[in-house]
Amino acid sequence: MNKTLNQKAWWLVAPVLLLVAFNAFIPLMTVVNYAFQETFGNNVFFWEGTTWFEQVLRSERFHDAFQRQLMFTGMILAIEVPLGIGVALTMPRKGPWVSVCLVLMALPLLIPWNVVGAMWNIFALPDIGLLGYTLNSMGIDYNFTRQPVAAWLTTVLMDVWHWTSLIVLLCYAGLSSIPDDYYQAANIDGASRWAIFRYIQLPKMKRVLTIAILLRFMDSFMIYTEPFVLTGGGPGNTTTFLSIDLVKIALGQFDLGPAAAMSLVYFLVVLLICWVFYTLMMRNEEQ
Amino acid sequence: MIHPRKWLVPALYILFLMLPIYGLLAMSFKTTGEILGGFSFFPQQFTLANYKVIFTDPTWYNGYINSIIYVVINTVISVSVALPAAYAFSRYRFLGDKHLFFWLLTNRMAPPAVFALPFFQLYSAIGLFDTHIAVALAHCLFNIPLTVWILEGFMSGIPKELDETAYLDGYSFSRFFIRIFIPTIAAGIGVAMFFCFMYSWVELLLAKTLTSVDAKPIAATMTRTASSSGYELGLLAAAGSLTIIPGAVVIYFVRNYIAKGFALGRV
Repeated sequence: MNKTLNQKAWWLVAPVLLLVAFNAFIPLMTVVNYAFQETFGNNVFFWEGTTWFEQVLRSERFHDAFQRQLMFTGMILAIEVPLGIGVALTMPRKGPWVSVCLVLMALPLLIPWNVVGAMWNIFALPDIGLLGYTLNSMGIDYNFTRQPVAAWLTTVLMDVWHWTSLIVLLCYAGLSSIPDDYYQAANIDGASRWAIFRYIQLPKMKRVLTIAILLRFMDSFMIYTEPFVLTGGGPGNTTTFLSIDLVKIALGQFDLGPAAAMSLVYFLVVLLICWVFYTLMMRNEEQ
Repeated sequence: MIHPRKWLVPALYILFLMLPIYGLLAMSFKTTGEILGGFSFFPQQFTLANYKVIFTDPTWYNGYINSIIYVVINTVISVSVALPAAYAFSRYRFLGDKHLFFWLLTNRMAPPAVFALPFFQLYSAIGLFDTHIAVALAHCLFNIPLTVWILEGFMSGIPKELDETAYLDGYSFSRFFIRIFIPTIAAGIGVAMFFCFMYSWVELLLAKTLTSVDAKPIAATMTRTASSSGYELGLLAAAGSLTIIPGAVVIYFVRNYIAKGFALGRV
C-alpha cells in the first residue's frame, strides 16, 4: 500500500511511545548502570568498566547455559513447526468440528505458565503421575527428577504440548484464507498432494508461519517459569536455561553486576537474531 | 484428495493435549491420602474438599480476582493506545517510522527475567508497588508491541479508499475512526484482545515481582502454598484446574474471530 507522508502521525503514536518507553528505558538504564559499576548499597557506585562483561563472556557457566538454550530452542522448533503444519493441514475446514478443535487446541495456550509446569510435574511423577506411572509400569525406567535425559525429554515434550497449538492456529488461519476454487483448479490439473502443498498452501501460510516461528523463537529463548517449576533447572544444572541461570545469579546470589552484564549480552543476542530474521522477512515482502 | 483417515492426526493431537489436563483434574478430586498412596486413573474417594478450601479462603479466591483485574486493565490499555498507533503505521509515512516499529518489537523480545529487578525498583520508587495498575502497566511492555503488530496487519488489509470516501463525506478523523473504522476491524480487535488476555493471564515472573499482598495473582498464591504447606497436591491441582476456566471462556467467545480474523488480516 502506498502511504502518505504525514508527520502529524507522530501524535497517534505518542501514547504507545510514552508507555513503552516508561517500561523499557528506565529499567534498561538501571541494568546498564549495574553492568558497568560495582555497588555495596547506599547508592554508592564504583566504575568497573567492562570487567563484568569479560567475566561473563569468559565464564563456562554462561557458555553452558547458552548452549543448552540454543539446543532447547532448536529442538522445540524442529518438532513444533512440522507438527503444527501437519495438524493444521489435516484439521476439518467446515462444520461443527472446527469450533471443537479450535477451542480444545487453544486451551494449553491460556493456562498460566507455572500451572503448566505444575501440571507436567504432576503428570510425569514416576510413582503417582499418569505419564510417569505408565512408562514405569511398561518397564521403562523413567524418573525426570534424577535422570538428565528424562528431564530434557519431559521439558521438550511439555513445550511441544504447550505451544504447538499456536503454530496450528496461525497456519490454520492462513489456510482458511485459500478460496475453494484453487483446490478445484488444482484437482482438474491433476496436481499431486505435494504440489498442492508446495504451490498453494505453503505460500499462503508463509507470512503467518514467519510470525509463528518468530514468536516461538523469542518465547522459547526467554523460557523461565515452566522449566523452573517442572525441574527447577535440574537435575544438577542440566535444564538450567539462560533465564533460570540469570535469576539464580541476580536474585539468588545477588551478584547484580555480572547478572546485569549477562542480561545485556542475552538481550543483544535475541535482538540480533530477531533483527536478521525481521530484515529478511521484510525484504521478502517487498519483492 | 480427502483421505478417509485424515481426522486421526487432529484427534490424536487433541488426545495428547487433554491427557495432562485430565491428570490435573483427576488429582483435584482426590484426597491427599489417595494421591500419595499410589496411582489411580479415576478418583477412588471422590471429594470436593479441595475446591471448598479455595472458595472459602480469601487468600485463595482473592488471587483469582486480582489476576482478572490486572488482566482486564492491561487489555483495555493495550488495545486503546495501540489502535491509533497501528492506524498511523498502516496509513502514513513519518520520520523514523520503520525504526520506531522495530524498536517497539524489540520490547517484545526483552526477557522478563532481565527486567524483573529493575521493574521492582521502578514501581517501588513511584509508589505503585503491590497495585493492580503496576502489573497492568508492566505487562504493557510486551503486550502493546504485539497489539500494534497484529492491528497493523489487519488495518493494512483494509483498502485506503474507505478512509478517503469517509473524509470526502465530511467525516472528521475521530468520527470516522470510531464510527466506521473500528467496526470494520472488529475481528482484528478480537484477535488482539485474545493475545493481550493470553499473555497477561499466563505471565508470572513480573506479576509476582511487583506484588506482595493486595494485588497478588493466583499463580503466585499457588507457588507460595506449594512451598510452605508441604505436599498438598490436591489443593494445588484444584487451584490449577480453576485457572483454566477463564481462558476456556475467552477462547469460546473468540473462536470464530481467531480463524476468520487471521484470514482477513494480512497476518
